Amino acid sequence: MGYDLKMRIWRGDADGGDLGDFTVAVEEGEVVLDAIHRIQATQAGDLAVRWNCKAGKCGSCSAEVNGRPRLMCMTRLSDFEESETITVTPVRTFPVIRDLVTDVSYNYEKAKQVPAFAPTPRDPDGKRRMMQEDVERGQEFRKCIECFLCQDVCHVIRDHEDNKPAFAGPRFFLRYAELDMHPLDTNDRRKLAQEAAGIGMCNITKCCTEVCPENIHITDNAIIPMKERVADRKYDPVVWLGSKIFRRGDPAARTEV
Amino acid sequence: MSTGVSSPGRAQVREKTLRQDNWWVYPLLTFLGFTAFVVYSTWRAFSGDNYYSTPYLSPFYSPCLATACVDGSSDLGQPVGDWWRLSPALIILVFPLGFRLTCYYYRKAYYRSFWLSPPACAVAEPHGKYTGETRLPLILQNIHRYFWVAAVLVGAVLTFDTILAFRNEDGEWGHMGLGTLIFLANIIFIWLYTLGCHSCRHIVGGRLRHFSKHPVRYKMWGFVSKLNAKHGTYAWLSLFSVAIADLYVYLLATDTINDLRFF
Repeated sequence: MGYDLKMRIWRGDADGGDLGDFTVAVEEGEVVLDAIHRIQATQAGDLAVRWNCKAGKCGSCSAEVNGRPRLMCMTRLSDFEESETITVTPVRTFPVIRDLVTDVSYNYEKAKQVPAFAPTPRDPDGKRRMMQEDVERGQEFRKCIECFLCQDVCHVIRDHEDNKPAFAGPRFFLRYAELDMHPLDTNDRRKLAQEAAGIGMCNITKCCTEVCPENIHITDNAIIPMKERVADRKYDPVVWLGSKIFRRGDPAARTEV
Repeated sequence: MSTGVSSPGRAQVREKTLRQDNWWVYPLLTFLGFTAFVVYSTWRAFSGDNYYSTPYLSPFYSPCLATACVDGSSDLGQPVGDWWRLSPALIILVFPLGFRLTCYYYRKAYYRSFWLSPPACAVAEPHGKYTGETRLPLILQNIHRYFWVAAVLVGAVLTFDTILAFRNEDGEWGHMGLGTLIFLANIIFIWLYTLGCHSCRHIVGGRLRHFSKHPVRYKMWGFVSKLNAKHGTYAWLSLFSVAIADLYVYLLATDTINDLRFF
């Protein structure tokens, strides 16, 4: 059964804007992005919205629905009361371009700062080999669709614009962790994770994990293990001593970058 | 001074938050729960009294290491001697307290509920400046692993106390009371919490590059990971259980109740 949905949608640009009221006919089984598209098609042809797959896999339609970072294509209207007004704003951590579209280039700049995968030499037969359990470890991290909702919700930059130069954010701690746990990688990124990426600024309040549409355990499986690895290198004299005694001449030792 | 979501260039919204759910419930309940525990445990730790009733020794006072400890409560001796004038609990409580204060779950909980940093996801924090855990004193959170080692030792002592709780008032073995059950539940929750620790997970296997080259540590890591997934739940359960175990001993020691003996 269809019904008339009340919505408030943020309209404007970097110079200013406000929430505008809309009423739109919606059908059973639809998602917030469907309602936005119908408004765009019937009432506000110039409403700017970024989207692509409508299947929760491209990470384009990130926005804030009733104040919570969500993918609009994965937010079912049936999660709300029919009488409820749904408020949609662009993500609030990045500069707005227009309406629901923001400039997320901060994330691409941070991505450039992560040194690329640097694998060990190939085996004599020209192949590289990994055991299944080592392959499985990184699979969770590779589910990331780069919707940047974790970056949006992270209070370190959301509430403190001045932290942006010194903090890479949860999406990139995921990347640091994935590479640091990779058995074939030869770079040691722990110093970078601490100094350039600012992992020490994270106070592990787990909002990144709460909003992740891929249900990646960002905090437990990436950020905290990475913090522990940084503690190994920087804050644990026992580990430091052990590395000096037992790792000398280790051909598998990594190069600090 | 940072300006957060009202920074120039970001989409400006008048409301402080657009969240319509009860986001304030979690920080409020956490605040109340922790405050109640801190008040209760401070009173009990400083009282220095009513912490032993044969065969039960309050977990707040175990091991009891000072000469001032009451008869029968010092199963590991009294190496601290008689110079310690304060409550014997204060000698040992620093270790489990340090373990919980630096615990990754508790950090999330108290940063949100006491420091409001942030109070809830996408709800603005009230602080103008934020440096996270990069400076003193919060940089000390990095020594959590050392507190974990201490917590394992304390856990071993509490396990010993639980075994001793299978005696009767005359010190004879093979008996049980309600206190034994409470101690048993407490030590189970303590171990579920301690072994599910993120630092423990790192130490047993998380720090490895190749799981495949360390099959035993990989298995242990898998076990710890299962506990770790419920670390927050066990943190609360063990917090309650340790307070209940202490309260039970207090009620016995003050003759408010009698231990319900099963056999």
